[in-house]
Amino acid sequence: MADAVAHAAAEAAARDHYGRLVALVTRATGDPASAEDALAEAFAAALRVWPVTGVPDQPQAWLLVAARRVAGKLRRHDKTHAAAAAALAQLAAERAGTAPEVLGDARLRLLFLCAHPAIASDIHTPLMLQTVLGLDAARIGAAFLVPPAAMAQRLVRAKVKIRAAHIPFALPDTRDLPARLDAVLAAVHAAFTAGWDDVGLGQAGHGSLSAEAIFLARLLVAGMPDQPEARGLLATMLFAEARAAARRGPDGRYVPMGQQDPGLWRDDMIAAAEAELAAASRLARPGRYQTEAAIQSLHCARAVPDAVRKRVLADLYAVLESQAPVMGVRIARAVAVAGAGQVAAGLALLDGLDSVTMAAHQPWWAARAHLLAQMGQHAAARDARDRAIALARDPAVAAWLRTTGQ
Amino acid sequence: MQIMMTFHEPEAEFAKRANPAEAEAYWGGWMAYIGAMNAAGIVVSGAGLMPPDTATTLRLRDGARQVQDGPYADTKEQLGGFMILEVPDLDTALDWAARAPAAAAGSVELRPVLPPMPNG
Repeated sequence: MADAVAHAAAEAAARDHYGRLVALVTRATGDPASAEDALAEAFAAALRVWPVTGVPDQPQAWLLVAARRVAGKLRRHDKTHAAAAAALAQLAAERAGTAPEVLGDARLRLLFLCAHPAIASDIHTPLMLQTVLGLDAARIGAAFLVPPAAMAQRLVRAKVKIRAAHIPFALPDTRDLPARLDAVLAAVHAAFTAGWDDVGLGQAGHGSLSAEAIFLARLLVAGMPDQPEARGLLATMLFAEARAAARRGPDGRYVPMGQQDPGLWRDDMIAAAEAELAAASRLARPGRYQTEAAIQSLHCARAVPDAVRKRVLADLYAVLESQAPVMGVRIARAVAVAGAGQVAAGLALLDGLDSVTMAAHQPWWAARAHLLAQMGQHAAARDARDRAIALARDPAVAAWLRTTGQ
Repeated sequence: MQIMMTFHEPEAEFAKRANPAEAEAYWGGWMAYIGAMNAAGIVVSGAGLMPPDTATTLRLRDGARQVQDGPYADTKEQLGGFMILEVPDLDTALDWAARAPAAAAGSVELRPVLPPMPNG
């Protein structure tokens, strides 16, 4: 009985406080791998002690003290002068700082550590999800289509590198900040889009990590309120998430933007997104995430006449392509140009993309089918649609593509 | 921490060493760079190396020596020298690496140095 209560309390603490605990212990250890080692020992100690003593009033505080003690012991084994000096500095900083502020700062530094250029960019997002939010390798692997064991191994390798190469647990200086922030934003954005399968029409299926990504973006905005792109990214994700419920029909069927029921949109999230976008605009430094948010805002603006919306969308996508000339954006722009009435010009934009890469890219075929049908080239449209269906990973998207040709 | 920077240069850089028109600028760049690191008091050790065509590579296979003319791998960039630095972290080392003449002409690899063995 006491065992079961202790287990439940430890599980709750792990679920609700893991990321905060890693961040706080990392302040003492300087690297998340050691912090996680120390925390693992603290949890093991809790499962031995709590059944005897009872669960403490503040389990997470107990775990923090225990983990710091373990971290201190680990440090004493590591007798280098530099480590000792860093530890003393950390302890002094903790005594001087107030808890909530220190917490926010530590988690912000973790975000930048996870997206350091000395770590392979494809592991930035998984590292953030694990060290900041405490997600396990199985869940992260599922979102990135990587087997759990392989994901666990890559995470361990990255953390070993952080420790061995002495990647600093610090915010970048002013000179490095723009590039480093771009990497953090890209990693948070990747968490949001992981597991999505868009059809090149500026919409997406349901992302299983979207709540986690929004949480990370909120951390970033709270820590760096003067960075407009952080606010732009948060706004983009809030707009998209506000429409999540409308994106699938009751039968799980995929519902494209134009056919969604706005009654299913979350107005509170849309309002929060608008507020972020407005705050970003006041900082007067435009960027790709703010443009993406503006596009999302336009999609959510019910009062705008359709013809106006389509024209402005094409303009916004032209801006976005100049800021972020990536494949998805270029396809979406071609569709927007066609949507504004210039179908042939849109098709020409699609044809201008690298044909070798596009041959295996489902959104390109879906967009092509859409535009060819509008041109009245029905046989070619049907062929393109079949290619898109064959390439679709999400069965709901494939099912929706099948309906578009009928 | 101690970290080793290895400087990897393309053939064109090695060629500058012997070209009277370019040698002065080439060596001047390296002298200034190494002088700055010495002035900062971070240098543990280091050396420049003769060009890769002076290299000899040995492998022991089934107890027999296989000695070969040239470097261990035939790549576009070859090891031209190394420095071991005492720095607080990777970002500090990266700042120094970015100032090396080889950073623009070739590449600089950074590797943490193993701590001394317990019974060493």
